[in-house]
Amino acid sequence: MALIGQNLNVAVDDVTYLEDVSFTFEPGRIYVLMGRTGAGKTSFMRAVSGLLPLDSGTLSFNDTDITHTPVWKRDCAMVYQQFINYPNKTVRQNVEFPLKKAGLTGAELTARVDSYLGKVGLLDYASRKPSQLSGGQQQRVALARSLARHSRILMLDEPLMNLDFKLREQLREEFLELFRGENESVTIYATTEITEAMMLGAEILVMHEGKILQSGKPDEVFERPKDKLVAQIVNDPPMSIIEAKIEGSNIVLASGTKLPRPAHFSSLGEGSYEFGIRAIDVEPASDAPDTESGKVGFVEVSGSETVLYVHTGAGEVVVQIEGIHDYHAGQKLAVKFRPERMFAFDGNGQLLESPKLGVK
Amino acid sequence: MVIKRVLSTVFITFWSVFVLMPILWALVTSFKPPEAVDFGATFLPFVDFTPTLLGWESIFGVGGGNINLVPALFNSIIVTFGGAAISLVLGTVSAYGLSRFAYKLGFIRNNDIVFFFVSQRIMPPIVLSFPFFLMLRDLGLLDTHLGLILVSIGGLMPIVVWLMVDFFNGIPRELDEMAMLEGYSPFEAFLRVILPLTAPGLTVAGMFAVIFGWNDFFYPLVLTFGQVVTLPLAIVALNATITPYWTLSAAAIFAILPLIIFAFAMERFLSKGSLSGAVR
Repeated sequence: MALIGQNLNVAVDDVTYLEDVSFTFEPGRIYVLMGRTGAGKTSFMRAVSGLLPLDSGTLSFNDTDITHTPVWKRDCAMVYQQFINYPNKTVRQNVEFPLKKAGLTGAELTARVDSYLGKVGLLDYASRKPSQLSGGQQQRVALARSLARHSRILMLDEPLMNLDFKLREQLREEFLELFRGENESVTIYATTEITEAMMLGAEILVMHEGKILQSGKPDEVFERPKDKLVAQIVNDPPMSIIEAKIEGSNIVLASGTKLPRPAHFSSLGEGSYEFGIRAIDVEPASDAPDTESGKVGFVEVSGSETVLYVHTGAGEVVVQIEGIHDYHAGQKLAVKFRPERMFAFDGNGQLLESPKLGVK
Repeated sequence: MVIKRVLSTVFITFWSVFVLMPILWALVTSFKPPEAVDFGATFLPFVDFTPTLLGWESIFGVGGGNINLVPALFNSIIVTFGGAAISLVLGTVSAYGLSRFAYKLGFIRNNDIVFFFVSQRIMPPIVLSFPFFLMLRDLGLLDTHLGLILVSIGGLMPIVVWLMVDFFNGIPRELDEMAMLEGYSPFEAFLRVILPLTAPGLTVAGMFAVIFGWNDFFYPLVLTFGQVVTLPLAIVALNATITPYWTLSAAAIFAILPLIIFAFAMERFLSKGSLSGAVR
């Protein structure tokens, strides 16, 4: 009982969309495709739904081969990043459309439509056209239309992408509630944001350039990223990567600054490594021997956080601080690292050591 | 702003008069008795002259004349609407295919196919008339409705395909995909989701097809001999030296009247903005 993909490959005119993608998805669970724009998340979904023909590889559902099943017989529901609804149909007709094809009629049809319009809070808008709704409402119509089908595969391609910040927060909560009720479907959710992936608490598949780099529970992926690339993809603001040497009981940065070698690096031999550190584990400090001085390059205020991109002798360091602070580009600033929160990568970018869980 | 409005109003008024004047003149003349035409110009019915139905009666053969435009009207309707309807169906389906699926035929791609369709109208009709004549002769279709319809399809398809490809390209592909994901086959998706959205496009294409077909003079002239006489042919056949002006005027108005009625009937389908809300 599962949706299984084996070695899926798709390339069009020398551009690789999917490369050797394999997975096993169980019904009743949520799988999150996480990756930057262009990582292959949409291609993944289009391939599973049949909209994108495979060059090689097989897809099966419950031991039935569906590799060559046409789109209209695959029973996949999809919510697009753009809010796709039938413009000439009312909200009710939109939700009814797939259900009618599935053979629902009369009271059963009405009940199903009402129930899902109720769930997304649009029962009062049933007779409106999509163009008469706000963006968030339009996306809820699309969601209701997809959920109401009770299809065996439900896919959501960055459904919150085109909404404003506040609405995104609100819909994210609502989505969670809605998915919890869907116990029968394999649910696939694509996002670029780690917070979204974490909230869904599902298995995460980190994608990059058409490949699945790593999959696992959110904290697994977040706390033990397989390599530098995964670490960079799942961290927002980005993880700073700095080159440094381990010498005796110190980590020596390119600028000569010495940091104490933390306990979790005890097994690392002497020599050069790449160290990763999250923005929240770097803080502005006054000049001291164990701080790194630099210049603020770029300031970003998002929500209630301030993110600084600081040029230092050790490389560019990203700093995230709570609250809104008055920093400006060009300002001199020293930063202090927390060595106990550092990740170590080898010359190929593979993870060697990660901070001990529980060390905050 | 006020000046702009005044200017545009003046311009539109002038243009309307310019365009409507000949039609109005013909309309007025068609109700004139002979003496209102022969002895100097008169303009206002009931003031300058007493209107009469003489001209109109004459084009239907009432009162013993040998002119009757009714058979020509039926010929025109059959050929025009037959050709337009078939072109619309074939052209729309072709355009949808050209908009949604990628074709490869040697070096030929979708755009080349669209150009091939449009190129049919680059050639002057006279170039095509000879091959058409020979083909219809071999098929035994000279001077028949079917023959004229087939030829008119050749001329109308390019217009329909060209207009509709553009129209389909303006409809997001995601709508077709969505319908297919929701269990509808590609043809059902086209028929039930995409086609209803193209009503304004279909209307424009249909109107073009009907107008072109209705006014076509050359092909009927070459390809018919007297059995299938269309309205433009019938009017030209009214020899101006012996046919009175009131009869000619009535015939002219009679010939454009169906088009005017058709245009007004179609107008309500030309609604704007029917696509908003599909994709944000």
